Amino acid sequence: MKMVFKYLEKYYGRMTLGLSIKVAGTLVELLLPYILSHILADVIGKEMSDIVFWGVLMIVCSATACLCNIIANRMAARVSRNFAETLRRDLFRKTLRLSAAQTDKFTIPSLESRITTDTYNVHHFVNMMQRMGVRAPILLMGGIAITLFMDASLSLVMIAILPLIFITVYLISRNGVPLYTKVQRSVDGMIRVVREDAQGIRVIKALSKTDYEHKRYDEVNRKLVKDEVRAGVIMGTVNPVMTMFMNVGSVAVIALGAFRVSKGLSNPETIIAFMQYFTQISMAMMTVTRMFVMYTKSAASAKRIAEVLGTQEDITVKEKSEYRNKDTKAHICFDHVSFSYKGKRNNLEDIHFELQKGGRLGIIGATGSGKSTLIKLLMRFYDVGQGGIYINGEDIRTIEKERLYAMFGSAQQYDFLYSESIEENIRFGREISHEAVEEAARIAQAHEFITAFAEGYEHKLTPHGTNISGGQKQRILISRALAGKPEILILDDSSSALDYKTDAALRKALGEHLKDTTVITVAQRVSSVKDCDFILVLEEGRIIGMGTHEELLDACVEYREISESQMGGAFVE
Amino acid sequence: MNKIQKDILWRLCKYVLHYWYLFIPAVILTFFSNQLSLLGPKYSGSAIDAIAAESGVAFDIVRYNVVRMLVCYVLSAVMAYLLATLMIFISQKIVYTMRKQVFEKLTSLPVGYFDTHPTGDIISHISYDIDTINSTLAHDLVQIMTSLYTVIGSLIFMWNISKPLIVVFVITVPAAILFTRYRSKRVRPLFRKRSRKLGELNGYAEEMLSGCRSIQAYAREDVIGERFQARNTDAMDAHYDADYYGAIMGPTVNFINNLSISLIMILGGILYMLSQNGMAPEGTLFFITLGGVAQFVQYSRKFAGPINEFANILSEFQSAFSAAERVFRIIDEEPEKEDVSDAVALEAVQGKVTFEDVVFGYTPDKEILHGISMTAEPGKTIAIVGPTGAGKTTIISLLMRFYDVTSGSVKVDGKDVRELTRKSLRKAYTMVLQDTWLFRGTIFENIAYGREGATLEEVKAAAKAARIDHYIESLPEGYDTVLTDDGINISKGQRQLITIARAMISDSEMLILDEATSNVDSRTEIKIQEAMTELMKGRTCFVIAHRLSTIQNADRIIVLQDGRITESGNHDELMGLGGFYSTLYNSQFQ
Repeated sequence: MKMVFKYLEKYYGRMTLGLSIKVAGTLVELLLPYILSHILADVIGKEMSDIVFWGVLMIVCSATACLCNIIANRMAARVSRNFAETLRRDLFRKTLRLSAAQTDKFTIPSLESRITTDTYNVHHFVNMMQRMGVRAPILLMGGIAITLFMDASLSLVMIAILPLIFITVYLISRNGVPLYTKVQRSVDGMIRVVREDAQGIRVIKALSKTDYEHKRYDEVNRKLVKDEVRAGVIMGTVNPVMTMFMNVGSVAVIALGAFRVSKGLSNPETIIAFMQYFTQISMAMMTVTRMFVMYTKSAASAKRIAEVLGTQEDITVKEKSEYRNKDTKAHICFDHVSFSYKGKRNNLEDIHFELQKGGRLGIIGATGSGKSTLIKLLMRFYDVGQGGIYINGEDIRTIEKERLYAMFGSAQQYDFLYSESIEENIRFGREISHEAVEEAARIAQAHEFITAFAEGYEHKLTPHGTNISGGQKQRILISRALAGKPEILILDDSSSALDYKTDAALRKALGEHLKDTTVITVAQRVSSVKDCDFILVLEEGRIIGMGTHEELLDACVEYREISESQMGGAFVE
Repeated sequence: MNKIQKDILWRLCKYVLHYWYLFIPAVILTFFSNQLSLLGPKYSGSAIDAIAAESGVAFDIVRYNVVRMLVCYVLSAVMAYLLATLMIFISQKIVYTMRKQVFEKLTSLPVGYFDTHPTGDIISHISYDIDTINSTLAHDLVQIMTSLYTVIGSLIFMWNISKPLIVVFVITVPAAILFTRYRSKRVRPLFRKRSRKLGELNGYAEEMLSGCRSIQAYAREDVIGERFQARNTDAMDAHYDADYYGAIMGPTVNFINNLSISLIMILGGILYMLSQNGMAPEGTLFFITLGGVAQFVQYSRKFAGPINEFANILSEFQSAFSAAERVFRIIDEEPEKEDVSDAVALEAVQGKVTFEDVVFGYTPDKEILHGISMTAEPGKTIAIVGPTGAGKTTIISLLMRFYDVTSGSVKVDGKDVRELTRKSLRKAYTMVLQDTWLFRGTIFENIAYGREGATLEEVKAAAKAARIDHYIESLPEGYDTVLTDDGINISKGQRQLITIARAMISDSEMLILDEATSNVDSRTEIKIQEAMTELMKGRTCFVIAHRLSTIQNADRIIVLQDGRITESGNHDELMGLGGFYSTLYNSQFQ
């Protein structure tokens, strides 16, 4: 909740104004019962015109109250709108900046529900707080103050009840926040299943697993219902318990009042009036408890949002003094790099090589040998464990993010296409002219199929690009990597769905057009890397061979095996 | 209210009425709990009268009434609690049913639905929209029942005190109703827009979050952040608009109520004075005492309270309404065409698959396949090659009957697939796709997904055949390792091997391999080839692959270009033809 108040800080002025208007409206409205009793007690039965005068005054008061309330509610709506907008914006931006390890820890469905339902809960709370949070406290405070003046010893009854109320509130809220946190966690679980199934619908249908999925969903659905019921039942005690306390208090007032009246310490009129205020106070109390329930619910959500916002970026730009430049002519230099995801087994060990500007590097190795990990380190999705990675002699840990990422164009394994036009998918939010987009698409062998669509580059993709084939996806991703004219082009297994002919044409075009670009190709096909200046052969995180295609055919058994399995081997069978 | 709104309301009512055995006690509890809380003031009045008695405080009467009050209040609190609990149970039961209905509907929709509806928007339906309905059911329904009770009760009392004064309500209540109706007509589209915009926002958030890594790779966080912000602003504007115009409702109805009290005060005062100076003698319609005026005013305030409350929750009601509309729209969505009534289950599958002059397009205006005819004999392997986008994956979709052909027919064992139950048809196939779909669960669960009731031994055997067992065993938790969304602990190739293991465990008669090993390195591929061959043995197989080594052993190779079969035959025949296939084959050695 602290975080919520921090976000509200800049709206304090407007909130104060809105709340003042609300207070004014409430006070004017509270005048109505007094005018009423005044008419009944003093005016009625005397002058007809007086009745009309006071009656019209009531109407004027009502109209004023109405106007004030509308204005105040609208101001409240605006404040909460702005608040929610900023909060959600920051939350989304923060989420995008989380590292892979952090995203994994939160899980995507959970991050998603934090951006959506949790933010919505807090939004709702901030709005309602401003709308309801004025009248009740005024009535409450006013009522208590007046009763104190009327008969101090009778109001002691009320003061005796207050601790009971506070203890109840304290106990329930202590249980309530964890309960709602649990509810939100169950929401995450439910969203996860819906999300997975929406993405895997083809597999589910193909395997006729709908019944199984219904069961799987039923589990999370039931769990959510169970948690919601539990939270609801606990929070449901607040209202009746409070009401009961207040009502028992009023009974105590009457009992005590009877004694005081009989001793001549008080009179019946005071007790009547006292009772009326007591009713008013307990009504206000009910509203306060309602807000309290809302508070509990949104506090759980606020906590979840704050968790994300409070996450420290684990990959920060370091000082040059800490990570010194390296004296090297190479464009990219891996200096005895080791790395481990989990801190146990090394996923990469002692990787050491240099690549000149405009050079061509191929990386080949079995599934799980660490090829993609090497790329992730180069692009600094993770920091190296030991050693260092240098681009133009600079340790990449000292290069600002924007500058670092601007150097790369990468088509990765985890491809991401979204529901926009093809042109936009290639451009990817960068300032790139249509000509450059088209040029990139030509090199990536994508121009031909793109222009075959009726809308050409304006052809709209479906989410995750499900309306184009795997090979087309890859070529759009390669176009995207090329369009930024990067100094370093990374093709991480990004032509695997292309047929040999297209793949060959792609490699030829890359050779012709990107003479100055350093290209790193990660592949499983020897044909994709065999023209590289040198090739790294990885196995279980180590370099087991390095050299040109010919050198490796001679020197590296594994490489020869791979090569034969793909080329010579095909003939033998 | 127009017909659609009435429908929505009626459908919502039906959900509530479905739990009549809970709902009726709830109504009864509402009645008693309200009645008891009304009795309290009555006893307290008597007690105060006893205190104020001329002869001094009558303690026995006070005690008597105090005890009664205590009983009333405690009972009323207990009932109120029971009621709240009951309503939570009812609303949760309804919400559970709705979520279930939406989800089950989703899984029955044609796969194309998911291509056109962003996942985030779907999630928004099942979480935010149903949530909105939930809170209305749990809280506002009781409120309305209570209000109704108080409104009717006070109206009866007022009727008894003075009929002429009721005339005031004849003016103001319709005014309030007209006003609310007029407003809600204006505001409803705003609430609808608000739900829709929020859905779009969620859709965008979902899509971008799933592309988080790529966005970081291109340092596009700011740009995507901006675009999200534009949608965020849109959604918040829609939200604000609804709030802004909705904000008039509560205070205005409140004003109308205050207005009627003021008018009653004026009119009541005049009537009282007329009664005083004898112009309206006792017993006539217009006669009223001072006490009568006071009581009437009190009841009219009681009367106004719930109406105010109602106007205030009206906006909640409207968001619930537009949420319900969205939820019902999914529930009403056209599912995959029902199996025909006399559909038969595909049994004792031989595995003969025939395409007879199949024409198909995803949309009527764009034909993808133009007259495909081919036959796969039982146990044979058919490889489909062709440039990307030629329609290879579309053929697979037709085999699985994700879509129905436009004309022509697809037959299995001589039966048109449209005359078979979908379940039995799909069960007859095992499919490995290029898109590796795994869910968050243990590796064991993900592999065992291929066949219900698979044992750990069988799973291990499948993993071994798919050459992934070594890797799995090297993980600290082995087969109990939970796969995560971003999957930093597992590469795409490994994911694909898991899906292959999943296929290996299934016992279907026919097999579809759509780029099944595209992410697996070639040495591993050769290693699993043996197992694949084993898997393919005796099964009719459809293979799409770019690796010619996988293809050249096929019994029959079909070259698909622009939705037409241009070449067909075995490897040697096609090589002899010197067409597309031979060019493709030779290109790998260039």
